[in-house]
Amino acid sequence: MTARSFLVRGLLAGLIAGAFAFVVGYTVGEPPIDDAIALEATAAPAAAPDPTAGHTHDHAGTAHSHGDDAGGGISRTTQKTWGLATATIAVGVALGGIVALVAAGVAGRLGRLSLVGSTALVTALGFVAYSLLPFLKYPAAPPAVGSANTIGSRTASYFAFVLISVVAMVAVVALAGALAPRLGGHQAVVAAGTAYVAVVAVAALAMPTVNEIGAFPADVLWEFRLSALLTQTALWAALGVALTWLLGRLESRSRATA
Amino acid sequence: MSHTAAAPLTGAPTLPDVPTVDLRELAPWALFVGLLSLLVLFFVSADQGAISIPAGTAIHEWVHDGRHLLGYPCH
Repeated sequence: MTARSFLVRGLLAGLIAGAFAFVVGYTVGEPPIDDAIALEATAAPAAAPDPTAGHTHDHAGTAHSHGDDAGGGISRTTQKTWGLATATIAVGVALGGIVALVAAGVAGRLGRLSLVGSTALVTALGFVAYSLLPFLKYPAAPPAVGSANTIGSRTASYFAFVLISVVAMVAVVALAGALAPRLGGHQAVVAAGTAYVAVVAVAALAMPTVNEIGAFPADVLWEFRLSALLTQTALWAALGVALTWLLGRLESRSRATA
Repeated sequence: MSHTAAAPLTGAPTLPDVPTVDLRELAPWALFVGLLSLLVLFFVSADQGAISIPAGTAIHEWVHDGRHLLGYPCH
């Protein structure tokens, strides 16, 4: 099995995962996004969370708008369909490529895990490190929440936390591999998991908190955040299922011919 | 775990060999795909928000809903 055979399957699995995430996102995510944009349109000034920041989130604002005829001529209908599909499929393919090559690198090198087992583990840990933990620290915000004045610092904090989480995950998997011969598999994995939780917990406590919710209604916020988590979970789950299935088929076929 | 653990370097003989990929073969693929994927993730997740290459809002608006639902910071 070659790097190419992993990559091709990763990109295909990513395509499937992106399409699936679009279906989930369109079904559960778009209703709360529409609610949030409607709230923003009716009460734009009231949504300003920081009275000192001179927040301009109205539809004539230079930074951003959600109007039907604004935003470079991109309508809400396009954003909800082709736009959302573009985003989920692009992210799915990009993550699929990365996950497949990581799976190629660790195949046969993670204890006695089978190819399917190690690939499933890579996908699961990727979900935890790239999506779940960042979501817990910096949960997704619906339209109308989040000031244009803080987008720079919020983006920097978010990706710094993602970087810490992913690097810590890679490091503790290597740690588990190094500890396993001495401690045994169970204790090595527990030690590595504890180390990961410790690192991200310290980072989460040390890094700035973002709270720009203001008077945004809690029910719409909850519905949006749940749907965002569902969309990301759907993407990773479909990626894992599709990639393990494709690689498992390839492995059994190459074993049959060998 | 079935028989003796006498030969840990060669692995348990009862288990089928898991295919491995030569890391020197994998490295250029990983570098290229890694950079390309990060570029794609950048355009979906952050472009024309905190940083704008190119200037404008068209990319931001196009992927707007995905950016929100995939959890990336957005305005």
